[in-house]
Amino acid sequence: MTQLLDPAPAASPPPPLVGGPRPPGYVADRTLRVVAVLAGVMVLVILGLIVWVLFDNSLDWIRTEGIGSLFSLTWEPSTGRYGAGALVVMTLMVATIALVIAVPVSVGIALFVTEVAPRRFRLPIVFVIDLLAAIPSVVFGLWVLRQLAAPLADVYASVHDAVQGIPVLERLFGDPSASGLAIMTAGIVVAIMITPIVTAISREVFATCPASQKEATLAMGATRWEMIRGAVFPHSRNGVVAAVIIGFGRAVGETIAVALVIGSSQRLTENLFDPGDTLASIIANQFGEASGVQRSALIGFGLVLLVLTIVLGIVARTLLRRANRRLGVEL
Amino acid sequence: MTAPSAPLASTPAPSVLRARKGTGYRRFKSGVATTAIVLAFVVAAVPLVALVYYIAEQGLQVFSWDFLTSDLPFSQRSVEGGVGPAVVGTIVITVGATLMAVPLGVLGGIYLNEYAGRSRFGKLVRFLSEILTGVPSIVMGLFVYTFWVLRFEKQTGFAGALALACLMLPVVIRTSEEMLRLVPHELREGSLALGSRKSRTIRTVVLPHALPGIVSGALLAVARAAGETAPLLFTIGVTTSANWHLFRGTNTALSVQIFGNANSPYLPAQARAFGAAFTLILIVFIATALARIVTVVYTRRVSGKA
Repeated sequence: MTQLLDPAPAASPPPPLVGGPRPPGYVADRTLRVVAVLAGVMVLVILGLIVWVLFDNSLDWIRTEGIGSLFSLTWEPSTGRYGAGALVVMTLMVATIALVIAVPVSVGIALFVTEVAPRRFRLPIVFVIDLLAAIPSVVFGLWVLRQLAAPLADVYASVHDAVQGIPVLERLFGDPSASGLAIMTAGIVVAIMITPIVTAISREVFATCPASQKEATLAMGATRWEMIRGAVFPHSRNGVVAAVIIGFGRAVGETIAVALVIGSSQRLTENLFDPGDTLASIIANQFGEASGVQRSALIGFGLVLLVLTIVLGIVARTLLRRANRRLGVEL
Repeated sequence: MTAPSAPLASTPAPSVLRARKGTGYRRFKSGVATTAIVLAFVVAAVPLVALVYYIAEQGLQVFSWDFLTSDLPFSQRSVEGGVGPAVVGTIVITVGATLMAVPLGVLGGIYLNEYAGRSRFGKLVRFLSEILTGVPSIVMGLFVYTFWVLRFEKQTGFAGALALACLMLPVVIRTSEEMLRLVPHELREGSLALGSRKSRTIRTVVLPHALPGIVSGALLAVARAAGETAPLLFTIGVTTSANWHLFRGTNTALSVQIFGNANSPYLPAQARAFGAAFTLILIVFIATALARIVTVVYTRRVSGKA
């Protein structure tokens, strides 16, 4: 396409006008090209700098226990133990709770927009979900902390009573914290916060399902649900998986709302109703007062988060690209 | 920061066929599924309404012109004072970030769509900016703190703006590229055929055509950036009086004030947190609505012409 548009290849030097004046607009052409390329290069520079700077500053932490710092379960700055293990596990717990709640809801909304809702309601629905995405993390945190935490504590208490004696659930839903600040609470907030992005991606994926396939199932006498299951889902499997992975990445990195509602406890627990901390929330809560190795450890946590989100991002993009290539759509 | 969702441009044409009602069990199953799908939307809308209602109810109790302009009190217990410096800080830092990220982002979009095409480097840049979109905002805060604040040993509004700009850049690049891609090739070819140079074509034909979309995307990015807390937490410091200087002195922001006061045991501080939260929601919603209006007006204009 570009070749077609370029009258004279902009990359090659202008026609040999030895000693003569440069054609009008030559300087402007070159300048815009160079500036635009530089803007593109900035992305590489920023990403590279982030990785390098974080790695360089977390060396003190990495040296304390080597690779073991990543897996050690003890975070005790007072005794010089800076293990990331417990925080990694609790981060995954929060993200998993968030996904379990958010994915069915998001897929439901996406189907509502693409397959069920009347045409003229679609834009308003998308707008409502966009508003949800626009609400700042810290406001979510404030809301849950001040209004939702106390009633949630009661709910946790009754759930705890209800699962007494059931082997695994008894451990997962143990004694709730009185304040309602818990891993579960953090998971619920994060679920609300990742719903818009998972919805947006699923919606785009569902919308690419060819009308011919849907019409084919309908022509066979399918009900709406049979059409969705028979035509829309098989078509969008990769895309929805990518949406889930991207949502997972966001959940892992969610910081401020989690920092406000998770209760800040670094002891590993299997009880979802206990306070905890995540890689991101501990940075927000402790970095300001930290120094020395503790500060280096927190920067190291940032690096762990970064690497995790980059890997998840690569996997998700590859899946999306594959899904789109099969459809013959250039992403 | 969440990438704004694209407008519903790609929805396929309405189907002529309608779903059968089915009979018995099949009909029941389809009914249950449809109900669940509708419920999913309700489940997501309820927190939105509840949150906005609660924050507005609490925030309006302290919200006033005085609240928006008076200095922050020195003590959390004080009933006096407002969040003036935080409003100033949010404005200064967000504008600073926008001035850095939007021009650079639009140029990046121009590079990707007008120059890079399917070249390998273009693909790499496109891929990395998608990856950069997913980097958690707290990581940006840590990065700017270690890279900038530690080096110059001072927290400034500019450091915060730098962190926000890093967050906004990939979003602006992606929306710009998408909007530029929607510009019909005939326009470019027409301009080039008339003898315009490529730079002139981009400046006078391509950019103006894509401008509403780019503005709308940039507005959404600004709205998201204005509400960010994590990148500012360690980079801008604290202040109790308004600081309009981006480069000089420490600063504060609405989001940071909310974070600091949310956990406070003192009621006046909590009230200030709610007031600040209400202000922030107001700013963010107005920017989001503006973005939506720009999009709607623009699509109407385009489809009217076609």
